[in-house]
Amino acid sequence: MKTLTRLAVCIAIMIQGQAYSQSGAMVEVRGGEFIPLYGTKTEVPVGNFLMDVYPVTNAEFLEFVEQNPRWRKSQVKQLFADENYLRSWKNDLSLGSDNLPNSPVTNVSWFAAKNYCECQDKRLPSIDEWEYVAMANETSPDARSEKSYNQYILSWYETPNTFKNTVGNTFKNYWGVFDLHGLVWEWTSDFNSVMIGGESRQDSTGDNNLFCGAAAVGATDLMNYAAFMRYAFRGSVKARYSVKNLGFRCVRDIEKSNL
Amino acid sequence: MKNFKHSKKRLACVFFLAALVAGIFTSCDKAVAAKENPELMKVYGESEAEMTSPPMVPRPVGKRAATKLIVNMEVVEKEMEMSDGVSYVYWTFDGTVPGSFIRTRVGDEVEFHLKNHPDSKLPHNIDLHAVTGPGGGAESSFVAPGHEAVFTFKTMNPGLYVYHCATAPVGMHIANGMYGLILVEPEGGLEPVDKEYYVMQGDFYTEGENGERGLQAFSMQKAVDEDADYVVFNGKVGGLTGDNALTAKVGETVRLFVGNGGPNLVSSFHVIGEIFDKVYLEGGAMINENVQTTLIPAGGAAIVEFKVEVPGNLVLVDHSIFRAFNKGALGILKVEGEENEKVFGGKIEEKVYNPGVTATEEATEEVTEDAPVASTSLAQKMERGKQIYTQNCLACHQATGNGIPNAFPPLANSDYLNADVHRAIEVVKFGLSGEIEVNGNVYNSAMPKQNISDEDVANVLTYVYNNWGNNKTEVTAEMVKKAK
Repeated sequence: MKTLTRLAVCIAIMIQGQAYSQSGAMVEVRGGEFIPLYGTKTEVPVGNFLMDVYPVTNAEFLEFVEQNPRWRKSQVKQLFADENYLRSWKNDLSLGSDNLPNSPVTNVSWFAAKNYCECQDKRLPSIDEWEYVAMANETSPDARSEKSYNQYILSWYETPNTFKNTVGNTFKNYWGVFDLHGLVWEWTSDFNSVMIGGESRQDSTGDNNLFCGAAAVGATDLMNYAAFMRYAFRGSVKARYSVKNLGFRCVRDIEKSNL
Repeated sequence: MKNFKHSKKRLACVFFLAALVAGIFTSCDKAVAAKENPELMKVYGESEAEMTSPPMVPRPVGKRAATKLIVNMEVVEKEMEMSDGVSYVYWTFDGTVPGSFIRTRVGDEVEFHLKNHPDSKLPHNIDLHAVTGPGGGAESSFVAPGHEAVFTFKTMNPGLYVYHCATAPVGMHIANGMYGLILVEPEGGLEPVDKEYYVMQGDFYTEGENGERGLQAFSMQKAVDEDADYVVFNGKVGGLTGDNALTAKVGETVRLFVGNGGPNLVSSFHVIGEIFDKVYLEGGAMINENVQTTLIPAGGAAIVEFKVEVPGNLVLVDHSIFRAFNKGALGILKVEGEENEKVFGGKIEEKVYNPGVTATEEATEEVTEDAPVASTSLAQKMERGKQIYTQNCLACHQATGNGIPNAFPPLANSDYLNADVHRAIEVVKFGLSGEIEVNGNVYNSAMPKQNISDEDVANVLTYVYNNWGNNKTEVTAEMVKKAK
């Protein structure tokens, strides 16, 4: 029933959002196979898709809430966003002086992010898609074994308040995508589907053979602790949570865009 | 008839006694049950737990009844100093390493509020070893940045317990400082003492070597190899020395709540110049007496108690001793008061000891001069200098010339060294003790006279001057000879 309601709301908003067709730059990511950190010893296939070059900015999200009043701070349903939703914005339609228009929007719930993408005729990336693109550095589609690449990610984790930076100031990766590392965490469509639960040493949900006894036993690369932290982060949030360090970007299926 | 009456009386008596005994037994049973089964202990009232930063501990529980105790704790990720000029992004419980001390008693019903600061990059949780239940509460307390998790538990066993974060990657959360102690006092409380302190050891792993300046990143490789750069008390080098030293007065009894956060190393906890009168082994109920060094496992604790009889600085160390003098595991308990010569007489005299030689003959240790080489090239000098350095200087001044913070001054980029070569020659030749200032830091230690030839003094100093950003002075044997 809840799902139905949500669906109805989403569809309604989608219809309303047809007029709203502004879309940021996207680049094509050729699919392939890769072994993610968790859950499997075999390759996972990833299809071709288009991905936003940058995370969604404050300015873009402001435009979205202007056109979709139900996602304004004062009007959002508690079911879809907690009280941190757009917390740092001055009010419904003003970013205030603390937020640059060109900084990534954060403190947005998964529901809001999902609907934003839908209204652009896009969708949120899956974990596998996101991780697939994010394993690239400037020159290589899979830089996970490179020390400098891992150090870049880890030093970001140790740098506070990066969400205040503007988009496009990290590196342009192999696919032409910016800011997957170094700016903010990003929502994925299936963010909470796997992995690290509250008790990370003995996974509480699902199949212990597949997932992580000791948060490590099931992982394919025990030294990839940057990825551990991403999975742990995803495991800690719920769809209505709005977190200061968490933004999002959208993707689009290639077939769909060709229609 | 008389008999009957008598027996009737007796019967009544027996009944009365039986009833009495039964009554005693039943009430006794209840008391025993409650004592042995904290689950059945009733809680009275509700209060917020007093939380203290290390090295302080909250007031003793004493004889208070079991209660509903509300514990508020906040996770904060922040940059703090690890050592002079070295900083690190710590993940903390309540902003300190170790986190706040939690003091409860057996039977308390704890309502735990774990808050993750909105600025945090990561989710966190807490596993309290004092919890009987899944994950020690970790699962129930897993919390995203900007959120608060609440869970409850009953303290079932008295003892001193470690708590720590258990979010993946678990080792890293612990290595970044997320640990602390929770004390569960027994019924009636611990025996009163004069001073109580909170000390917790931890090992840290940085990308740079010990003493390498600047913001240091966590090194997973070193952590996996268990190759710690720092082993410290209360989160940093000097966490319990200088202004942070613990204090007591002669005649006082001192109780240390000592924990070991790890993540990897076990501690051979020792206080130089004291014998522990009592050790609560592993923080449990068993008491050992007259102990010199007690082993504290990673993720374990001990309570040690002793009376301080004489004044002086007692040094807390991990007696795995290179950790103490080279990696930071040093603390001071400064004891003030009257000397007590019955306990410690101190130095009475010092005289010459020379077996086989008459005492009047001065033992002049002539160093055989190598046949003077007409002209030694700089490269040769450097090579020889490096050998001398490795043999004589490296232990204190380190391979990098960075010295050891608070103990041995740096030779790298040393203003003291570069300012005056003749002074430097004298230091190597004749030794130096007392206070000196090097690169803005004050050092007060002793460097012994180096028993090496003038040639080698020249070599080693040339090596030092031509390394690590120094001013490239070339020291000659003639210059060394002139030094008086």
